[in-house]
Amino acid sequence: MTQAPPELPLHMRRDHFDPVAELAEVRESEGVRRVTSTFGMPAWLVARHDDVRDVLADATRFSNASQLAFSLPDDPRSAEEKRKALAGQMLATDPPDHTRLRRFLTPEFTVRRMRRLEPRIVEIVDQHLDAMEAAGSPADLVPSFALPIPSLVICELLGVPYADRDEFQHRTARQLDLSIPMPERIALQREGRAYMEKLVAGAKADPGEDMLGMLVREHGADGLSTAEAQDGAAEITDDELAGLASLLLVAGHETTSNMLGLGTLALLRHPDQLALVRDDPDAIVPAVEELMRWLSIVHTGVARTTTQDVEIAGQHIPKGELVLCALPSANRDPSFIDDPDTLDVRRGSMGHIAFGHGVHHCLGAPLARMEMRIAFPALLKRFPDLASALPFDEIPFRAYHFIYGLHSLPVTW
Amino acid sequence: MKIVADRDVCIGAGLCVGTSDTVFDQDDDGIVVVLVEDPEGADADLAREAVSLCPSSALRIVD
Repeated sequence: MTQAPPELPLHMRRDHFDPVAELAEVRESEGVRRVTSTFGMPAWLVARHDDVRDVLADATRFSNASQLAFSLPDDPRSAEEKRKALAGQMLATDPPDHTRLRRFLTPEFTVRRMRRLEPRIVEIVDQHLDAMEAAGSPADLVPSFALPIPSLVICELLGVPYADRDEFQHRTARQLDLSIPMPERIALQREGRAYMEKLVAGAKADPGEDMLGMLVREHGADGLSTAEAQDGAAEITDDELAGLASLLLVAGHETTSNMLGLGTLALLRHPDQLALVRDDPDAIVPAVEELMRWLSIVHTGVARTTTQDVEIAGQHIPKGELVLCALPSANRDPSFIDDPDTLDVRRGSMGHIAFGHGVHHCLGAPLARMEMRIAFPALLKRFPDLASALPFDEIPFRAYHFIYGLHSLPVTW
Repeated sequence: MKIVADRDVCIGAGLCVGTSDTVFDQDDDGIVVVLVEDPEGADADLAREAVSLCPSSALRIVD
């Protein structure tokens, strides 16, 4: 039996690359509007750049942890299972719990660490381009390039066997798809959790040189309960380790891969800018920032909950209400950037909020930037005649996914 | 101008190092280290940009 997909909430609605006109209308009129959240609950949608930045920067008045007070429809899990499943989920914590968890991982994502990874990422990109070239035109860019490159990178970094990829790639993609019924998404979450617990047990028995091994060696704890750990312990519990690793595995799959697919299509639709990225080595750094801004593939971060009465754009919002930040709208706010709906890779800079803002700013941003800076020019140089094999209107966009992107992108060269 | 970093609130996002690696660095834990406390000229401009970009508001300028 198939169910009709639910109506998309306003903050997820797009017209190909662009947020829908109604979202811009919210931004240009009252700035904050009462909407229905992804899970059918009432929420406030914040649409202007400065307001979104203010909300995201203020973890005291806008809490990530309090969302736990809201129970999801059709969730069969016990309170104990939910508590276990949330251990280590940084996106569901506030400081100081968040600070403690994040600091286990910051050493792994420094600018210097990323530079050390660079040669390996170049090698991974080249291997995938070699395979595409050997198989010959046409190809689907998503499974042959956009998805496997970030997938292999995060697997090697974390210590997840890439041989298991068919299993977890399928799972991570469906877990965040709004058109999949909630019970199935919860079942996938449970499977993912069980898979990661198995890997954590393996890392504890024989810690390798990867991130799981490092976390076990430097912060591993036996018999520490999560309740004790949350009092600021320097050790990490097994539940937290599985939670952190699950989050990184999903985040590593569903973000950069969609930027690579959608970003390539955006460049194909702007051939002069594509030529610039292909031919000028200095063009890629600003180009990645502008593609991030213009595409803003994360519709909204985790919903915040007000911890006190607040006012946003003149709107009074009582304590205990949900607040959603519309990132694509904020990144196309004319008060933030001139001519916001135009893609101009020459002007890109880091002031956009496609990676979020505040303490939950994307942990993997330095890795994502490096992957994109290597992958886009390498693809365009290898296949200078790259072209979409489908008319624009037939290219399948991932409308129902928490992270925007393309289901597939058939290309020729 | 003087750059002050609050290492307790820093989340190690590294945007400051990405903006100017002459003014800012990260220690082995990823936490910000200010290399040049009173940058001048172009470095001062980059330092101001880094202060405004910092996601955790860990950086500020004291005149």
